[in-house]
Amino acid sequence: MVELSHDSRPIIGRGPPLTAYFLTLAAISVGLMVADQRYRQIDRIRETLSTVIYPVQRAVDFPFRATDWVTGSFADRSRLRQENLALTARLRLANLQLQRFAVLEEENRRLRDMRANTSGIAEKVLVSSILNVDLDPFRHRVLLDKGAVDGVFKGQAVLDGDGIFGQVSKVNAATAEVILISDAEHAIPVQSNRSGVRTIAVGTGDQNKLSLPFVTVESDLQPGDLLLSTGLGGVFPPGYPVAQVAKVKRAGSTFAFVEAKPTAKLDQAREVLLVWFKERVESVPAATGTEAAATTSPTPAATPPASSPAAAPPPATPAPQAQAGGE
Amino acid sequence: MFARRLLYWISMAAGLVLAIVPLPEWLDPVRPDLALLAMIYFVLTSPRIAGLGYAWLSGLFLDVLRGMVLGQHALGFLVVGYLTHKLQLRMRMFPIVQQAVIVMLLLGLYHFLMFWIDGLTGHGFTGWVRWLPVLSGALLWPLVVALGDSLTRRSS
Repeated sequence: MVELSHDSRPIIGRGPPLTAYFLTLAAISVGLMVADQRYRQIDRIRETLSTVIYPVQRAVDFPFRATDWVTGSFADRSRLRQENLALTARLRLANLQLQRFAVLEEENRRLRDMRANTSGIAEKVLVSSILNVDLDPFRHRVLLDKGAVDGVFKGQAVLDGDGIFGQVSKVNAATAEVILISDAEHAIPVQSNRSGVRTIAVGTGDQNKLSLPFVTVESDLQPGDLLLSTGLGGVFPPGYPVAQVAKVKRAGSTFAFVEAKPTAKLDQAREVLLVWFKERVESVPAATGTEAAATTSPTPAATPPASSPAAAPPPATPAPQAQAGGE
Repeated sequence: MFARRLLYWISMAAGLVLAIVPLPEWLDPVRPDLALLAMIYFVLTSPRIAGLGYAWLSGLFLDVLRGMVLGQHALGFLVVGYLTHKLQLRMRMFPIVQQAVIVMLLLGLYHFLMFWIDGLTGHGFTGWVRWLPVLSGALLWPLVVALGDSLTRRSS
């Protein structure tokens, strides 16, 4: 019986034997994976490759953008009028709230000046649109059309109009990958606006749910509480809405089961804001000081006054936001 | 030969594009790995063109496109390409249904590898949904063969 060779490539100029070739490439792949996990230098390879791949992503994005544009420019008059009216109403409301906000901000700044402390309020934002590209279906990542050339950096906070959206996880030359707050690998330090309880909100892999696994049964959290970012990790600016508590179950003996719904429109947003905020380093000592204050006085009633001057935003600021979210 | 090579690259690029085209959320987990199917098809029909290098490279591009750990899909494509190379003389003789079964096994192995690497790198998602592309890919195999056959007949 004739034994046929498995390797059916031409005999001349065939290169190394198939198995050797396979093993070499496999070793390179494993090496790449290890390097990608451990060392930062590999990012340069990824950046180069992603520059090559960028036109493909743009090409995929293009038809969706084009249909958006076409439907936008051929929208009928009555719908536009309606939209316009709604927007005007919203703007009026927002302006009204902004008037109060200006006073509060000024007051807040004066208080902070007194304490020689800088606030972590966003100083520069960049609007960026989300490319219509599906990444892994099991991970909540999106691709933005701004990258290293626009000054985007890894770990940068990303917000949308309603709250905190996520943070930049990978930066390429012209694009950046964002991990959403609902991704199962993401966690964000938050604080209840009502009671000042500080905890961590962890993504669940469901875009409408965050879980708060480290809340004790005794802590003062109720459904409807607005959770704000604390700025403790140094990634997110403090005082922006993250989620609203949806469910609190105090069944166990130590930890309560708490679920929250993100305020940002994680599944609908088309445009998001990349945020640069001031004094990331200086806001940290102030925050840890508050932490100490909070731990020495664990009763919920004592916590808000201790935390409000330093890390927490002025108590009145988020209230209009909650109001706006409700409408 | 050149036309065949061009066709190979074009179908590979098309497969990669289709790997990131937005789909409705319920359809997204079922998305078949068309780039991988195209690679298997070309390794079977024209193994002198579709080598392991091509398979590896397209896997690497897929890694970058989807923002995965570099080398993850590259290794998956490589393993599937190698096994297909080893099996091709037999597989070409098989009736289409039997071929689809083998393809299903290959896809299963591929997704197991992805699952494993995901777990090692800390991205583990353990739902049963992630195995759906194995099924959808196997079901699509006859279609891929039909399409590929009609295209290659025209080009050669």
